[in-house]
Amino acid sequence: MDIFVQQLINGLVLGSIYALVALGYTMVYGILELINFAHGEVTMIGAMVALAAIGLIMGAAPELPGLVIVLGGVLVAIPACMLLGFSIERLAYRPLRRAPRLAPLITAIGISIVLQNVAMLVWGRQYIAFPPLLPQGRHEILGAHITDLQIFIVLLSVAIMLGLWFTVRKTRLGRAMRATAQSREVAELMGVNVNTVISATFLIGSALAAIAGVMVSAYYGLAHYYMGFMLGLKAFSAAVLGGIGNIAGAMLGGFLLGVVEALGAGYIGDLTGGFLGSHYQDVFAFFVLILVLVFRPSGLLGERVAARA
Amino acid sequence: MIMGFFRKHPQIAFVLLAALLLALPFLVGAGLGKSWVRVLDFVLLYVILALGLNIVVGYAGLLDLGFVAFYALGAYVYAWLASPHFGLHLPFWAVLPLGAALAGVFGVLLGTPTLRLRGDYLAIVTLGFGEIIRIFMNNLNAPVNITNGPQGINLIDPVAFGGFAFAGTHTLLGLKVSAAHLYYYLFLAFTLATIFVAMRLQDSRIGRAWAAIREDEVAAAAMGINTRNVKLLAFAMGATFGGLAGGLFASFQGFISPESFNLLESIMILCMIVLGGMGHIPGVILGAVLLTVLPEALRHIGDIQRAWLGQVVVDPADLRMLLFGAALVLMMLYRPEGLIPSRQRKREFHAEDSVAEQEQASLYDARG
Amino acid sequence: MNIGKISLSASILALALAGCGEKPETGTEVVRIGSVAPLTGPQAHLGKDNENGARLAIDEINAKGLVLGGRPVKLELIGEDDQADPKTATIVAQKLSDQGVKAVIGHLNSGTTIPASKYYRDADIPQISPSATAIAYTAQGYRTAYRVMANDEQQGRVLGQFATGLMGAKRIAVIDDRTAYGQGLADEFEKAARAAGAQIVAREYTNDRATDFTPILTSIKGKAPDLVFFGGMDPQGGPMVQQMKRLGLNARYLGGDGIQNANFLKLAGADAEGVTASSPGLPLEAMPGGPDFRQRFESRYGQIQVYAPYAYDAVQVLAAAMRRADSADPAKVLAALPQTDHQGVTGQIRFDAKGDTTGGAVTLYQVKNGAWVVLETVK
Repeated sequence: MDIFVQQLINGLVLGSIYALVALGYTMVYGILELINFAHGEVTMIGAMVALAAIGLIMGAAPELPGLVIVLGGVLVAIPACMLLGFSIERLAYRPLRRAPRLAPLITAIGISIVLQNVAMLVWGRQYIAFPPLLPQGRHEILGAHITDLQIFIVLLSVAIMLGLWFTVRKTRLGRAMRATAQSREVAELMGVNVNTVISATFLIGSALAAIAGVMVSAYYGLAHYYMGFMLGLKAFSAAVLGGIGNIAGAMLGGFLLGVVEALGAGYIGDLTGGFLGSHYQDVFAFFVLILVLVFRPSGLLGERVAARA
Repeated sequence: MIMGFFRKHPQIAFVLLAALLLALPFLVGAGLGKSWVRVLDFVLLYVILALGLNIVVGYAGLLDLGFVAFYALGAYVYAWLASPHFGLHLPFWAVLPLGAALAGVFGVLLGTPTLRLRGDYLAIVTLGFGEIIRIFMNNLNAPVNITNGPQGINLIDPVAFGGFAFAGTHTLLGLKVSAAHLYYYLFLAFTLATIFVAMRLQDSRIGRAWAAIREDEVAAAAMGINTRNVKLLAFAMGATFGGLAGGLFASFQGFISPESFNLLESIMILCMIVLGGMGHIPGVILGAVLLTVLPEALRHIGDIQRAWLGQVVVDPADLRMLLFGAALVLMMLYRPEGLIPSRQRKREFHAEDSVAEQEQASLYDARG
Repeated sequence: MNIGKISLSASILALALAGCGEKPETGTEVVRIGSVAPLTGPQAHLGKDNENGARLAIDEINAKGLVLGGRPVKLELIGEDDQADPKTATIVAQKLSDQGVKAVIGHLNSGTTIPASKYYRDADIPQISPSATAIAYTAQGYRTAYRVMANDEQQGRVLGQFATGLMGAKRIAVIDDRTAYGQGLADEFEKAARAAGAQIVAREYTNDRATDFTPILTSIKGKAPDLVFFGGMDPQGGPMVQQMKRLGLNARYLGGDGIQNANFLKLAGADAEGVTASSPGLPLEAMPGGPDFRQRFESRYGQIQVYAPYAYDAVQVLAAAMRRADSADPAKVLAALPQTDHQGVTGQIRFDAKGDTTGGAVTLYQVKNGAWVVLETVK
């Protein structure tokens, strides 16, 4: 029993991390119908910038509490990532808005490769350790362990999801976003500055990426210029699973993927009598993804839109 | 001027091209070194792969990010049937078609559950499929050792005609011919056959059905096209070429391991198609040539720096992939239709806004 | 048109072009040595480390001056990137043999070393891998294939005996990262541990990009092992140790050379305390010239990642063979390599008939007060 609860907690924390990154994917997709493959790399840059800032702050004022230092890192990383996301959209995606879907996809892949290699040049090839600044207090629930940081990550992802949902549903900007998502032309006719809206989407998405990047590297204790790739891929899968373009869906997809991975890795060996082991963890995750999409082709919470002629 | 001359006398152009293709490995080998003959071999291999994927993506408009799975299947079938791993040493002419056929069957297996999916959803499911195959290849060394896991399968038989094996160096007609040269001609033959099939497919009834589905699936179904069968056929045909290329790769390389069949490989092949000009055979070929040659050519940034600046300021290895990524981005920004697009796609890209908008809406409509 | 004629004229052209490539004679002969490792991608930090190790050796040999056959010789290192990709590895191997390198130090991974070795054999160029540990590499029977590091079998055996002997483990959980290195080492460890009477209570897997190990660790915790063995590298090992502590899994942690490095200490932080790991060869600190090597290397390139000392030794072994042969000619160097008896910074290096190191010691280390401390050396 305690093992099962522990696996659920493992999955929930992992899922929260996926969800944090998936929110960025889903926002951009909801409005532009563009897979922003570079989002994972923006997350990585967020972690790297924050680490650099944390290093500086620790050098200048080592007596500060760890939480404040990390917060300082986050506050540096957010504007850096916003600037990056904004520039990527302006330089690489905007000129291609009228091109078929594959062109911006390739651009996004190109941007990913560029960002990875720039990060490699700037921060080196090594795995960088994240200093243990955040509180690691341990609690026990039903025999399972959970730390302060884990609780914080889960709460943070839920809070951000709610904040986003509120922004999109209840604010002027959100209304403009929804209008842009439905039809760029009509939104423009109604007085929405579509370019501003899209830029705002990228700014928000990148700020989220910065936060996610710092959380990921603080939680796992490391950062590396290649860390964004797998993370982005998993997060993107989570967004698709939940119904891409849907904010609550990204959250649901993230949690689901995390829990499926945890339970899959934890129990697949015992369930198959040792024939399949935890090395099939990702197979399990992808298999669930495929199953869901086969029966609900637009994801769990995705809207069903009739095929346009 | 020159192009005009060739257009008037296509026979001369053909003969010159044939001569060039035949002499190419020797010219390249002499001018740039034997490693470039190997690069040439890989160029041909990737032309086959890209043309195979082009059937799925370019012709039928199905975004497939797991193409490398079929490549892997072909390679592993070859390795299983012609290496000491299972002690089988079947000849290549028996193994290659088997691998291609098995890949084709898997193409249908993948295609069936994904028929209802479109655009990005299809992309992510195919991506998942590709990863699943790779993970199985990486792990099926226990409880029964099928793939030898991450250690890979070594000492795969080279292609051999009777007693004449494509290994080491042979002397033919007074010429020193290495295995890389021999494989070049073998690959060239397969590449030409692939190009021929791809061309014939494009102009066939099926090809037009694919184009109809790509442009508008609902309308295609309304016109009486059996969209299910036609889509499955696209998956199967594409996968078959992938499997063929995989078998060739295994025999050429002599060693395969799951590392060769990762997601990046799928993405690269897709980039080749888009970069060159989707759905257009000359474009796809050019894309494959460029993306295979470019990373190798970029190794020489160090030499260029030494020549111009007197020393190596930035490590070429640091810059290589950076420049490659930048090239992808710039290419898409300035020529999103690809380097050599088909006339139709060119029109679509430079059409009036309303037409472009409609094309965009219908071409890769993600919402199922 | 006659095809034969075309290829004939092409070959004449080829010969003419080849003739242009001859270099003018100078006093100092330049001998090129290749170094291949992934310099981009997720393992780039290890690749650069290998290259730096080789470069340091080359620079030192040049500074001392190398004279072969009565002529001064300058070694030149050509560093190439194989991206840890087997296909790229063969292209690089061919490129290096085209460029007329006299020897190759590399590659880093078993997955690239094995396919590349075929091309070095065909070109009769000696290849010394600093870090490929798969048994298959030297089992191919190539007379050009050597390595300066204990293979999976040698290291796995020592680790297995140590786990069951000195550490007294009865119930062991084994994790590997599904790379050729991690899986190879973990399999050999498992064999040795089983033979020594230990019970393998769990066999779990991760991959070399993973950061989250809580599901498998939780599953392992349910089986109550007294020791967890990990076949893999520090980027996974570090966070894994942290996550073990977080989950309250209080088994001892044992690994191979992949985690026996400084970066592991940083990544695992305070949780590294008590972790045990092996490394082939003798401890750098115990070797004559070892601490000095570390100081020289780190003042130039920063911290040693993992395999730089082996790359350094590989070059020194090669240079020693050249001196014995009094020539850089690959055929003569190949003839001299089997008699290698070199006092390197990683140990006394001798080769067996296959090209593996013989009698190579394996040293066990434990983290005490945030530093690796030698436990014992197994001969």
